[in-house]
Amino acid sequence: MRYHTPTSFADASAIAAGAKGTLRFLAGGTDVLVQMRAGMVQPDDLIDLKQIPGVDRIERAPDGGWRIGVAVPGIVLGAHEALVRDWPGVVEGMNLVGSTQVQGRATLAGNLCNGSPAADSVPGMVAAGAVVTVTGPKGSRDLPVEQVPTGPGRTSLARGEVISAITLPPRGKNGGDAYLRFIPRTEMDIAVVGCAVNLRLEGDRIVEARVALGAVAPTVILSEAAAKAIIGTTLDDSALEALAKAAEGEAKPISDKRGTKEFRIEVAGVLARRAAKIAYDRAKGLKA
Amino acid sequence: MSKIHVTTTVNGDPVEFLADPRETLLDALRNHLDLTGTKEGCGTGDCGACSVTVDGTLVCSCLMLAAEANGKRVETIEGMAGEELHPLQRKFIEHAALQCGFCTPGILVAAKALLERNPDPTDTEIRYWLAGNLCRCTGYDKIIRAVQDAAAEMRGAA
Amino acid sequence: MARDDVKTGYKLIGTRPNRPDGLDKVTGRARYGADFSLPGMLHAAVVRSPHAHARIVKIDASKALALDGVKAVVTRADLPTGLTGEELNLQDNTLAGEKALYDGHAVAAVAATSALLAQDAARLIEVEYEVLPHVTDVDAAMAPGAPVIREGVADYSVPEGMNGNVARYMEFGHGDVDAGFAAADIVREQTYKTEATHQGYIEPHACVAQMGEDGRGEMWVCTQGHWYIRRMCASVLGIEAAGLRVTPSEIGGGFGGKTTIFMEPLPLALSKKAGGRPVKLVMSRSEVLRATGPTASASMDVKLGMKTDGTITAGQVFFRMQGGAFPGMSPIGEALPCAFACYDIPALKHEAVEVIANRPKAAAYRAPGSPMAAFAVESLVDEMCRELKLDPIAVRLKNGAKNGSKSSYGPVYNVIGLQETLEAAKAHPNYAIPLGPNQGRGVASGFWFNHGGETSVSLAVGEDGTATVMIGTPDIGGSRASIGLMVAECLGIPYEDVRVNVVETGALGVNEPTHGSRATFASGKAAVESARQAIAEMCRRAAADWGIDAEAVEWKDGAAHPAGPNAGKHPPMTIGEIGSKMGSTGGPISGHHEVTAGGYGASFGTHVVDVEVDPETGRTTVLRYLVVQDAGTAIHPAYVEGQYQGGAAQGIGWALNEEYVYGTDGRLQNPIFLDYRIPVASDLPMIDTVIVEVPNPGHPYGVRGVGETGITPPLPAIASAIAGATGARIRSLPCSPPKVLAAIKAKG
Repeated sequence: MRYHTPTSFADASAIAAGAKGTLRFLAGGTDVLVQMRAGMVQPDDLIDLKQIPGVDRIERAPDGGWRIGVAVPGIVLGAHEALVRDWPGVVEGMNLVGSTQVQGRATLAGNLCNGSPAADSVPGMVAAGAVVTVTGPKGSRDLPVEQVPTGPGRTSLARGEVISAITLPPRGKNGGDAYLRFIPRTEMDIAVVGCAVNLRLEGDRIVEARVALGAVAPTVILSEAAAKAIIGTTLDDSALEALAKAAEGEAKPISDKRGTKEFRIEVAGVLARRAAKIAYDRAKGLKA
Repeated sequence: MSKIHVTTTVNGDPVEFLADPRETLLDALRNHLDLTGTKEGCGTGDCGACSVTVDGTLVCSCLMLAAEANGKRVETIEGMAGEELHPLQRKFIEHAALQCGFCTPGILVAAKALLERNPDPTDTEIRYWLAGNLCRCTGYDKIIRAVQDAAAEMRGAA
Repeated sequence: MARDDVKTGYKLIGTRPNRPDGLDKVTGRARYGADFSLPGMLHAAVVRSPHAHARIVKIDASKALALDGVKAVVTRADLPTGLTGEELNLQDNTLAGEKALYDGHAVAAVAATSALLAQDAARLIEVEYEVLPHVTDVDAAMAPGAPVIREGVADYSVPEGMNGNVARYMEFGHGDVDAGFAAADIVREQTYKTEATHQGYIEPHACVAQMGEDGRGEMWVCTQGHWYIRRMCASVLGIEAAGLRVTPSEIGGGFGGKTTIFMEPLPLALSKKAGGRPVKLVMSRSEVLRATGPTASASMDVKLGMKTDGTITAGQVFFRMQGGAFPGMSPIGEALPCAFACYDIPALKHEAVEVIANRPKAAAYRAPGSPMAAFAVESLVDEMCRELKLDPIAVRLKNGAKNGSKSSYGPVYNVIGLQETLEAAKAHPNYAIPLGPNQGRGVASGFWFNHGGETSVSLAVGEDGTATVMIGTPDIGGSRASIGLMVAECLGIPYEDVRVNVVETGALGVNEPTHGSRATFASGKAAVESARQAIAEMCRRAAADWGIDAEAVEWKDGAAHPAGPNAGKHPPMTIGEIGSKMGSTGGPISGHHEVTAGGYGASFGTHVVDVEVDPETGRTTVLRYLVVQDAGTAIHPAYVEGQYQGGAAQGIGWALNEEYVYGTDGRLQNPIFLDYRIPVASDLPMIDTVIVEVPNPGHPYGVRGVGETGITPPLPAIASAIAGATGARIRSLPCSPPKVLAAIKAKG
């Protein structure tokens, strides 16, 4: 295995484009090293992105949004007060990944590119409308987060392409987001179901909403039906009931070692209701 | 397969070694530097027995390549005691917070990192901070008590 | 009450001094299995079957051997032939013969100059398999038409007409069960299932071994019993036991899983082929989960008759247990006697069959068989208590075994503490805490026989009056501290003046492993006998000095004293004075005791748990947990509590989340700690303990053994608490959220 430490994304992209065999990028390494240890992946080339200037930074974008470097670990996101104030749901999703130790290394970009349908940080980013910047041999392009994973372990990135930044939009006024997942233990598990809700209020009424469901399909689902169920409502009981029904209707899970299909569908509705309430309270400024 | 020359600081001592690019920091600590206090319980970041700090951040040394430690500051269980034991080490013995002791180095390193950030944690905060450190012998009860007692002593001493 | 609070006349027993190995363990200096290295050492890796059941057509290691730095490959062809019985089973499990019998079964091993190179080489060993039909579930393995995975496993006990995977049959009982059921007001019958679980010790198996062409060798290994390792390795490799010297490392947990061999013969065989260079072999976590010894999975029918006042009139069980692809490993012989061990019931019938399946060879796991049996019987007792609106502790007090009861499995109980644990649980504040919505309380009792076993201990008095004790039972949970306390108590010297060492196979007679909760009981008992021998000799030395009869000398407070006024006026002669002169008064002073220790006493426990269940997700939170157990005498109460808490935590894991999940392809789906979900710190509350002390008359200080009983009650107690919280009864462990939610919804 060749270990590369490029100092620019252009170099990283060039190394990747020229690599012939199995290739992996290394940010936090909390997925890649596990796969190597298990013998699932034996990379011929491993490209460590952490020597590239700026990858460890969180910066306020000119429009008020946030630009997050690809090597920012969860523990740094969680400690960034202004970011947490704006996007608590995105940060809490990331902070649910693994242990304290894993938080010291794991990144949003890595969690996204690993391509797991159950990745905890992805529904929050999708609900937030996050965008990734991709650097490739032909230059850079921007892509909504939901267009990156294409199935378990797969992404839409072409050979030679690498995510060079993640951008969160400006939070704006009267908005709130939240992420909840279901796991059998209290920590350390892969999500059996995940749900993120991002919404904006005018007065008590929801005027914008995005609802994303994790671990109930090959990729994260951005559910228009679930969003519609609460837009225009004050999140009263009937809206919550409609939201749950919509989430259940969108979920297309499988049964596996972590949960049954029926369970996942049922719990998708439960989490959608619970996450929506938290996001609503946050938008009202009632809850951190 | 060409090896990588790694220069780093471990427990304050400058060290250098040649690492296979696939070797983890855990492998390097144990096999190249004879620091076998850091344990491998799973190799997948699920048990915390390999906990160390790198530039002050708590990590699993099994989830980091040795080559990535180049130029960093690594602290392991072997660096925890000075002339005297760290209060956590002493309290773990006094509270019988270890049985087989295999998870103990990782838990001590993790607990020390917690108390440096939060000198007065609740039981729940300790439990969630240590959720990535599996112990199969104790049921965690005496571990939580030992961490609380050490924290209280350290607050009093500060 | 813990001994701390009781006036006993003991000076040291019942106190909580620091454990002797504590300092090494908190500083990282303690050496576990993988921490040993030797000059010239090679590293090994193992090739394992990816199939649950397959004929091995061909193994081609030529590509691996062509790599620079690869020194040896071992396959079954390198092992001796002609073994029979359990020795053959051990050899078959070490390296597959004609067939791979489970996912993860070892097929070949390779040694190379680095661990990474050995792994690379293992990937280059080509194995051609012919995949065969497999079966992994206990009931499926017994069903008509199930593939028979090995011919001729049935022993003499199996009745005609049973499926070819049935290896053993057992039955026993007493009284007239039909009359008992007829006399009952209600008779209930249910089937319960438990999945296989793993001991989950955090330290993977590891050893360093060296063997020359003369078949003599040495091994450093993490094990609960190094004489067992020696005997089993010698059998598998066809060498003499005396030729192999085995030194136990510190052990990172065992819980029964390190009482046998899995890969230990491999580095010996590789070393021999590699010209005698030492070889290290360390298992990965997935190898541990796939290819060491989980516990059996079980399917169990229980029938009970009860009167409306709670009197149990009769009981009947039929247990089906699979312990992997080898006969003799499922604990039916323990599960059946444990089933009703807590009760005194006039009529009982026990039956069980052992079934083999395409799973790894099961090993002991903390009270083997007892947790499954308790789950079945205690769950049904609880179901009937709820139906008849009876207090579960009152029903157990009414029907529970007492001193002098004839046990369900035959022997008469001498002095036991079950009733005391029930009374203590009833009186504990936890039992009176009001429950909120979606909360429930479960109660269950549990039992373990405890064990004596082959034991050999030596003690030597030092020139300075300190004592060194050599024991052969590896210390897992603090037994060096408890044995040190007993020896110090006996000799009348400070605890700090006793050093207890776990010594290698060349230093003592044969010792059984640390299993059956026997270390503090049996090695402790032999250590006290050794100390008494040394005391007798020290009294003789003093007597000779004083010119009186040895019978006129008594030992107290670490010194020889004249026994009475007739013995003359002599100042006490301390152990230090005697030790300093021993070279000129007759030579070294030591004690030695070896015995197959009898007199062990059963330990009973009663647990009370409160849970809360999320009615929308089926997720269970343990709110509070109480363990009450009879220790006999708590030598070191902190480590007794530790056993209670650790056993409860393992039982909670078994009840809620832990299970072996096999896919339709027969492969283990969850061979990592991410998905084999043992409890993490944030899953558990503090675990309250009450140490009941009903001293065991069969031990000089009343010790019973406390390691195992504690894993038994959590399984039924938690299922019963969930039933209390939800009205839904889970009869198949684990009580995973999908199962609990489905049960809640099915109830309507």
